[in-house]
Amino acid sequence: MEGSIVDGLKYAGAGLACIGMGGAAIGVGHIVGNFLSGALRNPAAAQGQTAMMFVGVALAEAMGIFSFLVALLLMFATG
Amino acid sequence: MAKQAVEGEFNIDPMHQFEIKKLIPLDLGIVDISFTNSALFAFIAVAATIVFMWTAVSGQGLIPGRMQSVAEGIYEFVRNMVRDTAGDEALKYFPYIFTLFVFILACNLLGMIPYSFTVTSHFAVTVFLALSVFITVTAIGFMKHGTHFLSFFWPADAPAAVRPLLCIIEVISYFVRPVSHSIRLGANMMAGHAVLKVLGGFVGAMGVLGILPILGVTAITLLEFVVAILQAYVFAILTCVYLNDSLNLH
Repeated sequence: MEGSIVDGLKYAGAGLACIGMGGAAIGVGHIVGNFLSGALRNPAAAQGQTAMMFVGVALAEAMGIFSFLVALLLMFATG
Repeated sequence: MAKQAVEGEFNIDPMHQFEIKKLIPLDLGIVDISFTNSALFAFIAVAATIVFMWTAVSGQGLIPGRMQSVAEGIYEFVRNMVRDTAGDEALKYFPYIFTLFVFILACNLLGMIPYSFTVTSHFAVTVFLALSVFITVTAIGFMKHGTHFLSFFWPADAPAAVRPLLCIIEVISYFVRPVSHSIRLGANMMAGHAVLKVLGGFVGAMGVLGILPILGVTAITLLEFVVAILQAYVFAILTCVYLNDSLNLH
């Protein structure tokens, strides 16, 4: 066993930060699921709203990406 | 801080593929403008795009051939995206968005070739792209509306009590845009390639059972192609959304 407690805590912190990605997964799944259920009810209107779905997915995904960023910063940016 | 390889274990550093190597060292003292592998692949992406577009439209057939219809398809796709998202007025800025889309698409797809380098997996590249979008869009907003553009941050139709709070949120979300815009692209490309590498490491470590990770890697490679195209699309469409905000103010 090598390394300091700080290193260990850093890895634990990076792992904890990744929990945030679960939130992004819920959000993206919610958007796509609702889009699909709407699209199956009214397939004619689905075409025009696909772009909006991707915008929503991108916005929801941003939060997960921030948590990924925190994990990366903990792993590589702090000395 | 690079991860150290443990001796005697089967260990692949998934971040090794993102290492920047200097091909032609060129240090000017103040700035280091060495020609790196990142720059090389950016040049290849641009050259491949130019060659593809050039040969695709050089025939100028009334009935498009295979290549011409692909080129026209991309053109029409982006044009429709700009018009549907940001309106007819935004078609003035269509060349910019088309360039962004095709460059990012070329870089992403080029990165899918084994042993190549993914230019867009580096935040230095994506932050530059996103900041250029941010500055352009803000400048367009001020050029078109003058100081009236600041009303974008003031939600006039909200109840008076929560307006200052919403204003603060609007300002923060406006300035967070380039961050999420750039990191979304960079992190997606980087994470995907790192996952491929980690799974590739399992293949060697598991011996005969390595066939299972091979199937996984194949499936994820397919997924990565989807992600490569989707991220270029998301980057372009978010640029359109931001452009729409500056042109039409909500």
